[in-house]
Amino acid sequence: MEPKEYRQRVKRLEPPRPIARNALWAFVVGGVICLIGQVVQSGLMAVGYNQETVKAPTSIIMVFLGALATALGIYDRIAKFGGMGANLPITGFSNAVVAPAMEFKQEGPIMGTGARIFQIAGPVIAYGLLTAFVVGLVRFVIMGGKP
Amino acid sequence: MSYLLAFLVGGALCLLAQLVMDVTKATAAEILVGSVMLGAIAAGFGLYEPFAKFAGAGATIPLPGFGFSLVSGLIKELPKEGWVALFSGAFKATGAGIKAALIFGVIASFATRARA
Repeated sequence: MEPKEYRQRVKRLEPPRPIARNALWAFVVGGVICLIGQVVQSGLMAVGYNQETVKAPTSIIMVFLGALATALGIYDRIAKFGGMGANLPITGFSNAVVAPAMEFKQEGPIMGTGARIFQIAGPVIAYGLLTAFVVGLVRFVIMGGKP
Repeated sequence: MSYLLAFLVGGALCLLAQLVMDVTKATAAEILVGSVMLGAIAAGFGLYEPFAKFAGAGATIPLPGFGFSLVSGLIKELPKEGWVALFSGAFKATGAGIKAALIFGVIASFATRARA
């Protein structure tokens, strides 16, 4: 059987997904995580960060919270019912980096932790950078680099 | 008000991603990669900046916001650095988050016991 044909057959035989329930939980979990992000951002701005300088520390704190919840085994449980609500926010990016790093520890610090750490984050960063490059190139050619 | 907007808009983006994933039976990785690319493209057309101003963390915390940061970082460096910014600009805006994840990942891996 061709791999493509096999994948199509697997997709057909998959049990139907509870679409409405998944969507509702994604909304609630994703909304709460973004709300936490807004609290962190507003808190930082209250202590003197501005609209521009607040971005990096907000990311770092949210990534830390995602990493902590992953290390404690909480994040995977949230992701089980939250789906994209847990995966799409930056805490999910953190989870996608930290979880395989922990899981493949027994394969060693280089080929385990080091190599698997980019298992999911790698494609996201690679295609994100590629898209940004193309978008930037088009703007550069058309507008000559004006912001 | 900004808290309510962050909850509603962030939740809506996640709901949309979940819906697309379930309906098209795509994998989570495909949805994540697609989200970043869509965010980057929207940012290229100048659409994401006003969206982020409106929804705050609701727009910047989900992954399309990562694509937006990649592009806006690059665009900001273009006038200063010219074509070199095509290669160096995107990481300037997103480096902190990526580096934080890597550092915490390695620490968590070393600090916890291997799971069987």
